[in-house]
Parts: sequence; C-alpha cells; structure tokens
Amino acid sequence: MAKVLMKGNEAIGEAAIRAGCLNYFAYPITPQSEVAEYLSKRLPEVGGTFLQGESEVAVGYMIFGASGAGERVMTTSSSPGISLMSEALSYIAAAHCPAVFVNIVRGGPGLGGILPSQGDYFQATKGGGHGDYHLLVLAPDGVQEAVEMTMQAFTLAEKYRNPVMVMGDGMIGQMMEPVEFPDDLKTEPTNKDAWATNGMSTRKSKTPNLVKSLFLDSAELNRNNLDLKAKYEQMKKEDVQYELYNADGDYQILIASYGTMSRVCRTAIDMLKAEGIEAAMFRPKTLFPFPEKQVYDAAVKDSCKCVISIEMSMGQMVEDVQRCVMGKKPVEFYGECGGEIPSPEKIIEIVKELIG
Amino acid sequence: MGKTFSKPEALTDNHTHYCPGCTHGIVHRLVAEAIDELGIRENTVGIAPVGCAVLAYNYIDCDFQEAAHGRAPAMATGIKRVRPDLMVFTYQGDGDLASIGMGEIIHAANRGEKITVIFINNAIYGMTGGQMAPTTMPGQRATTAPAGRDAAQTGMPIRMANLMSEIVTPGYVTRQAVLKPQMVNKCKKAIKKAFEYQVANTCFSFVEVISTCPTNWGMTPIDSLKWAEETLLPYYELGDYKTPEEA
Ligand SMILES: Cc1ncc(C[n+]2csc(CCOP(=O)(O)OP(=O)(O)O)c2C)c(N)n1
Ligand code: SF4
Ligand SMILES: [Mg+2]
Repeated sequence: MAKVLMKGNEAIGEAAIRAGCLNYFAYPITPQSEVAEYLSKRLPEVGGTFLQGESEVAVGYMIFGASGAGERVMTTSSSPGISLMSEALSYIAAAHCPAVFVNIVRGGPGLGGILPSQGDYFQATKGGGHGDYHLLVLAPDGVQEAVEMTMQAFTLAEKYRNPVMVMGDGMIGQMMEPVEFPDDLKTEPTNKDAWATNGMSTRKSKTPNLVKSLFLDSAELNRNNLDLKAKYEQMKKEDVQYELYNADGDYQILIASYGTMSRVCRTAIDMLKAEGIEAAMFRPKTLFPFPEKQVYDAAVKDSCKCVISIEMSMGQMVEDVQRCVMGKKPVEFYGECGGEIPSPEKIIEIVKELIG
Repeated sequence: MGKTFSKPEALTDNHTHYCPGCTHGIVHRLVAEAIDELGIRENTVGIAPVGCAVLAYNYIDCDFQEAAHGRAPAMATGIKRVRPDLMVFTYQGDGDLASIGMGEIIHAANRGEKITVIFINNAIYGMTGGQMAPTTMPGQRATTAPAGRDAAQTGMPIRMANLMSEIVTPGYVTRQAVLKPQMVNKCKKAIKKAFEYQVANTCFSFVEVISTCPTNWGMTPIDSLKWAEETLLPYYELGDYKTPEEA
C-alpha cells in the first residue's frame, strides 16, 4: 500500500477504523482533539458511532459500557483527561473488558502545559486508578508506529480482555509523517458470548451475562486478583516488545529511552558513532509489560560501563531500569520537562561525561 | 382454577438482601413485570448502581453491567449507542443519581439517550449507613446530619423529576411512589410506559420512585410508609412532569 502523509492524531483515528473499531467516545483536550475531529467526520461515513461525552469521567464509562456489550471501542485523551478516566480504567480492568485508550501525553502535573511530555509513565504503568491492575501499555516512537500500535492494541485488548493504552505524546499527535497502513484487521472479537452483555437472544446459552467488579467475598476477590495477575504474567511471557539500536558491537554506554525521546537519542548515538564513541539504545515498545530481561542483558554486557535513562520527565522509567539492572551497572538519569526535549548535543555531552 | 399471581420470569428465585420493609424489592418486581409484559428480557441489559441495589443482578434475570457510583447513565449510553437494538435501563439511588452522578444523568437526558432510568428516592444513603443525601428533607436526621438537615448550610432537597422536566429535549419524566397498593399499581404503569417509550425508540424515560429506608430512617416499615406519605409526598409531588407528546 502506498504511503500517505498524515498528522499523528488523524492517523490514529484512521488506524482505529482499519482495526474494525467503529465506536469512539471522547472529550476534547489539546494536544489530541484532532482525533475526535477526524473521527466525527469519518465514523458516520463508515456507519460507526461517534459521541462527544460531557466529561472524561463519563467517557470512561461509555467505553466501559460499549466494551462490556462486546463491541470494539476506543477513546483518546491527554493527561488531565486520563486522570479522570482512571476510575473507569480500574473498573474496566477489574471486570476483564477489552478497550483501547490513547494518551497523547502533555506536560503536568496539574493543568501543566500543552507541549509533549513523558510525565505519565507512572500513571500508565503503575496504576493511575485504584487497586491491583495493569494496563498493557504500547509506546510508539512516531506516526508509523502509532498507527501499527493502535491497530495492534485491539488485538491485544481482546486477547487479554484488558484495557490497552497507546501512550504517545504531543509531538507524535501533532507531527505529520508518511505512513503506510497495515492490512485491515479482519478478526472479530471472539468468545464474547461467554461474558459480554450482548443480549441473551443473540446467544445459545440463556443464562444472563454479568460484567462486574464487586466481590464482597474475600476469597472471590482474591480469585479475581489472581486471575488478573495471571494475565499480567502471560503478557510478560508473550507480548513484550522492544528494540535495541547499535547494540551488536561493543558499546560503552546503554541509553534507555522510549517514544519521541528515543528518536533524539538515536540521532545522538549516530553522532557519537561518527566520533568513534559507541553507545547503544534500549527502547521498550511495551512499557508494561516492561522488557525486564532484555534491559538487564543489554546492561550487563562487559563493554557497557553504565546505563542512562533519558526521558521527557523528571525520572520515571528510570525506576524500572534500575529495578531490572539490579545494581549490576550504575543507572543514571537525565530528563527535561514541560515540553523541553533533551537535545542530541546535550545527550552527547552527558554521555561523554559518564564514560570519561 | 387458574393462577392469578405468580413470580415474573424476569425475577430470579434468590432471596433479596434488602432489609424487612424496604421498597427496593417492590420496585424490582415492577421492573421485572414490565420486562415480562413487553417480552424484552432476552434483549435487555440492566445497569446496577452503587448503593443498596448494587446486587440487583441477583434478582432481575437479564444481562447486567455494574457501574461505578453515579456513572450508570454514561455506561447505559455506551451500550445503547453501540447496540441500539438492546433495551438498556439503569436502576439508581438518590446518592448515586442526584449527588455523585448528577452530571451523567442530566447529560444522558439532554442527549435524549433512548434508555430507561429507574430512580429510587429514599431520601438517604442506604448502603453506607444513613448519611445525608441531596434528597434528605430539612430537619430529617442522618448520620452526617445528627441534628437534622440544616437547609441553611446544605440547601434544600433536590427534586430530580422537576429538574429533569426543564430539559428541552423530549423525554418522559414522572414521579411515582410505592407507599400504598394504588401507588404501586400506578408506578407499575409508569415503569411499563417508560420501557414502552424505549421499545418504540421514542425518547429518554425517567421514573422517580418515592421509596422507604426503614433501617436508616430508624422506623418500623409501617411508620416509614406513613412518614414518607406525610413528609416526602407534599414536597415531592407525584405525577407526570413531562411526556414526549407535549414536546
Ligand atoms: C466513588 C465512590 N464514592 C463513594 C462510595 C460509597 N458509597 C457507596 S453507596 C453510597 C450511597 C448510596 O446511596 P444511594 O445512592 O442513595 O442508594 P441507596 O443505598 O439509598 O439505595 C456511597 C456514598 C463509592 N462506592 N464510590
Ligand atoms: S439500608 Fe435502607 S435502602 Fe438499603 S436495603 Fe435496608 S432499608 Fe433498603
Ligand atoms: Mg438512597
């Protein structure tokens, strides 16, 4: 298929349609409102459902309802909106429902700003809402991956019956890049007769289905948590995604970075190489499940003196990197916030300092 | 001799967890009867609230989803929009609908969602132990208003049916009660009508039901019915507040 030039936010909207998701609910927020604008036009063309909800709180439950009824559904938002949706995310995860949430992250905390940031890593990977649950979190590094991951998000959400988050940032949402759309996703959500509230008349079994998260009996609630945990363990085994860059030879330093930040790091690594300095990059594409073993293996390589996590935050993913490297190598951090993005020159300067 | 009274098909055999004299059970039965009479059980999805009726799915025998506190109308919107062929109803208390969920109910009504809302106004937070609700009467004691509701501090009780009737989008809005057999019969008709509007894809429908909570009112079931009639009904007037025909 030929490449088309598209803005990230619009490409994400189109990707959802190509993934067979014809249901979208959202509330406007910069820097991702173009997804809603695009889909408000496109979805009616393909017989889909578009609704602008009254708040992100309500949208979270529109998604929960639609997903509980067994239909493919997506919302997109940005950081403050995701905070409001976090209640619903906890309930959706607890009730084992598949749904896709896109977070085009902006700077925080509070109202923060509207420029790109990676400040929602903790929120996305460690909870956000209450209770023991996880989202499966995909982190694209550009418009092409945003498209691929949005489409893949539906398959993964349905595989695990768990909410999946595509976490980009304002840069990915706003920039235009050539993209090639993968083949349309032809599969239908499977097995929904076993659990979804799709109406008894459509099912063979005439027992009502129940989508719920309340378990007043402690043993039953423990059971539900164990079921969730089993899914997260399966994700760790089967769906970890990552990239290693310039990691075949002997590198002196391992840079951990993801999303937009990884593109700057890639440039810095190329520039360092031209100067004869070898730096490698570890880029998680799934932030949860985190590629634990892969970052460890890359860090413990003999030639590697240290690891540095470079982020558009004040240090969030670095905690996972430290956890996984288990003290085998020093783990450093550098980050900038609020829409400031560490430049290749800055990265080069820090790398040179660290490797002496 | 033929049977004159039997359990609706849409009610399960489970014993309810409701307190003796609580009117939640009566309203469950009315909903179940309406569902049976319209023959929609296999196409219906109920939304359970957070409140004493959170386990409504143990008693009403159709597909159910359980919402978070107050969010049932948003959840119902999500289902109805993606599956307009399903009949979707919410069953919510006054804390759920008139306090934490005020935004969701108003906007669902204003969009004219083709859903049915059964709103149980018992003037108290039942499930959490008798705290003040937005519907609690002035002077009525609650565990968070031990001297009785002070309207100067907390405002006057919210009259949801009145408020909903101000919404310009066509809808069916009525206030009923289940304090006496005649009232129960009228309430049944209203609930059925509310579902009929949905079946015909006409409009949003909303049935407020003046109910009792003997446990948290600290009264016997009989005294509760009497108190509700004397105290609640003059303030919460019964009747239709809006019909789609008049729009
Ligand atoms: C977000 C959230 N806040 C608070 C609660 C606690 N809570 C559970 S039920 C309830 C009030 C229920 O009262 P009402 O809606 O009037 O229903 P009733 O029990 O009287 O039928 C509250 C405050 C909760 N479950 N979730
Ligand atoms: S606490 Fe009140 S509302 Fe709840 S079941 Fe008992 S009587 Fe009914
Ligand atoms: Mg109540």
